[in-house]
Amino acid sequence: MVNVSKRFGKKIVAVDRVSLQIYDKEYFSLLGPSGCGKTTLLRIIAGLIEPDEGEVYIDNKLVNELPPEDRGIGFVFQTYALFPHMNVWDNVTYGPRVKAWEETKSERIGREMLEMVRLYERLDAVPHELSGGMMQRVALARALAAGAKLLLLDEPLGALDAKIRFELRYELRKLVKDLGLTAMHVTHDQGEAMAISDRIAVMRKGQILQVGTPQELYMSPQHVFVAHFIGESNFLEGHVVEVNEKGSVIELRGELIVRTSDKTKNKGERVVLAIRPEIFTVEKGRRRRLNSMPGYLERFRFEGTNIRYEVRLKNEDVVVIIRPALVGAWFDVGDEVTVSFPSDKSFVFTYPSKGLREELALE
Amino acid sequence: MLGSGIRYFDKVSSKPLVRHLIYSGSVIFFLGLILVPPVLGIAIKWNTLGEIFQSPSLMSRASSAIYASFTIAFLVSSLDLVAGLLLAWFVARGKSRWLNIIDTLADMPFIIPTVTLGYSALLFWSGPGGVSQLFGGNPLVSPGWLLIVLLHFAFSYPAVVRVIVGALLDYKVVYEEASRTLGAAPLTADRTVTLPILKSSLIAAFTLAFARSLSETGATVIVAGAFENGVVFIKNTRDLGQEGPMVFVSFILILTACLIYLVIRLLGTRFKVPMKRVWPSAERKLSDFKVRALRDSLTTAVFFVFVLVPSLFIVLPVVGAVSGGTLNQAFAGVGVWQGYWQSFLLSYFVATAVTVLNALVSLPMAVLIARKRWGSAASTTLDVLSNIPMIVPSVALGASMSIFWRNFAFIPEIALIIFAHLSITYPYFVRAMVAAIERVSMDLEEASRTLGARPFTVFRTLILPLTKYSLFAGAIMMFARSVDETGATLAVVTRVKTVPVLLVDWVKGTVPASSMDIAFGAGLLLLFSFIILLVLRLMVRGRY
Repeated sequence: MVNVSKRFGKKIVAVDRVSLQIYDKEYFSLLGPSGCGKTTLLRIIAGLIEPDEGEVYIDNKLVNELPPEDRGIGFVFQTYALFPHMNVWDNVTYGPRVKAWEETKSERIGREMLEMVRLYERLDAVPHELSGGMMQRVALARALAAGAKLLLLDEPLGALDAKIRFELRYELRKLVKDLGLTAMHVTHDQGEAMAISDRIAVMRKGQILQVGTPQELYMSPQHVFVAHFIGESNFLEGHVVEVNEKGSVIELRGELIVRTSDKTKNKGERVVLAIRPEIFTVEKGRRRRLNSMPGYLERFRFEGTNIRYEVRLKNEDVVVIIRPALVGAWFDVGDEVTVSFPSDKSFVFTYPSKGLREELALE
Repeated sequence: MLGSGIRYFDKVSSKPLVRHLIYSGSVIFFLGLILVPPVLGIAIKWNTLGEIFQSPSLMSRASSAIYASFTIAFLVSSLDLVAGLLLAWFVARGKSRWLNIIDTLADMPFIIPTVTLGYSALLFWSGPGGVSQLFGGNPLVSPGWLLIVLLHFAFSYPAVVRVIVGALLDYKVVYEEASRTLGAAPLTADRTVTLPILKSSLIAAFTLAFARSLSETGATVIVAGAFENGVVFIKNTRDLGQEGPMVFVSFILILTACLIYLVIRLLGTRFKVPMKRVWPSAERKLSDFKVRALRDSLTTAVFFVFVLVPSLFIVLPVVGAVSGGTLNQAFAGVGVWQGYWQSFLLSYFVATAVTVLNALVSLPMAVLIARKRWGSAASTTLDVLSNIPMIVPSVALGASMSIFWRNFAFIPEIALIIFAHLSITYPYFVRAMVAAIERVSMDLEEASRTLGARPFTVFRTLILPLTKYSLFAGAIMMFARSVDETGATLAVVTRVKTVPVLLVDWVKGTVPASSMDIAFGAGLLLLFSFIILLVLRLMVRGRY
């Protein structure tokens, strides 16, 4: 996609000059909050919406003028869009039939696809007789039976129960990889995107903020929103007081001084420091260490695998700390504690011109 | 041959130019044959309007007639809305299996041609063998204003009930349940939650009843006596060859009906019923089982006394006519029956032609409106315009249309009848199909396209199968409406006559027919309409 834009009316810019390249046989996810334009982008690729500007290429061929039926894509809708007046078999063989493939070929493909999704024995069932998971698998089989090499998945697991969603995400990836397909998966669930994707594009307000592997997005977010949306982060405001060969020194509110390995900002620049909750070390009492910040435990929540602490720092900022429940000592509400973090494990961003709250807002 | 034609059409349907041609063709048909001719007809005779301005008595008659049309329509639709809402509620929410029977009976006046219904109501309310017997033999209600109100109430009622029952069945009861769990009595929940949510359906039901009352001609002429409302005035002045007054009243009725429709359409959704105030203890008492039982009993009584019995009363004189020898005369084609069978064939031929033609050319229009193919503004405009023939009085539409087409002397009269019926029935089919297509999720259509289906394939394999019931219902409605159509037909015919027009002549004494003849003629129309609708229904059921 090159510089693709789409507006609805005069005010809504659903997709704003997006350029993106997806590789052959890649499992790619578009991740972002609701209304960020990811589904619009997917529908533009499918040819269901015409872009106002920009070009869309599939297999190096410009497809802007091609109708959806000629793009060689498969689209799985969030609602599955199974045809209610057709049974499972007729749904799955619909693509081959409307493409006038030979009957034997259509039947073979229909059977193969239904066997692949383990629903061949339900071929006579009508959509409303199937569970959500089954409907999802039929929708997938139908898209694949039409000969798609590029699979476009619009929140395909969104309507399922958490447990089934969890199981099907791996099944979906395995299927795409086994068949050597290219997939573009739209989701707002970062856990799902991280688990399933080779690469992810994080979208917000019609723009792509960062494209990278799940590890890259988590370990090296390039944008304060990405640090917020992928995983979890504590955001502390401050300004750079010194930049040297080891990194920079940042003064947070309340004259708290911390060091980071970031050298990209200038002295005096207003910044936001992002620190993952799982990076913090927390110890009882007052300790003097690198990047130590004194405070007291304000809230405590046992979450099963982890314990979630909320510590109010001396400067009145509150940081969230996540520690494994089975490792180390537990603390009580009101305990005086010291939290610290390694200087190379924090992210420093230029303070957003529209303010931090606006930059982190999901809508 | 057909298969290869379909395949070819499938293929070319991907081309935007082909799609635009189909949609444009449908719009041109609508404008050229349905919307523009009546407007031009009025424009052609604009200079004759002087006739009415020079005659104060004619002007006074015309003004009273127009005023009567709107007051009757407003009164009837208000009464229909209240009575219809109560019956719809009873039918949709009641648990007794007898309600299915009431529900079916509520549809009966639907299938009765309005001229038959008009004659039936006349016999019931005014005839010596009707309800007058209970009051010493004097006519309880003489032909005139009140009888028109009673008649319009009866034939608009099923349409109102049908719309509201549909809305109530679609309505998510969870809102009402939420209101009940928050402490509202059943009546309070209905009044403050359900009714405001159903507002658009209530407005639609009111508009439908209003339009039906304003437009109905054949039955109105039968029960009007010497009284004139707008449509009776148009018929009378046309019979006397007074073109100026006829054009004047037609113009005013068409214009006012359009304005009222536009106002309802534009402001209806913004109109807020002041429903917020609650009277907890009073409403709790009114929600009591006994009060509800009383309300439901009264509702059912109103339905039976004012709708069902007057509508079906014709059965008694028909039975009398059969035993009195009218049957033999009718089938032998003796006397007034000579022309009946010719009119009979003409009515059903016209209805068939109109149904087929309208179904073919108005489908692209329905898709255009439902799927907003030319954008929202164009869709809304076409939607409003396509409804106009339904809301304007059919006799006014027919009169103005007739003026236009008579400039083309080579056009046979039967074609004029078909043109008039195309206009009158067009909105019924388009509305039914627009609603049905809108119910088909766009996801399904898009899924089909991404699986390789071309636009016409999507239409064939998806839209048509998923909307088939609405398609047949729309076609049946068109057919029935065409057989029943009197107003526009009265306005365009000079030599040939459809059955409803013939029956009006019989009742008005233009042709010397006995009351047995009229009853049997009207009964036959009802019987054949019923048989054809039944056969069509069975065909649909058998095939799908």
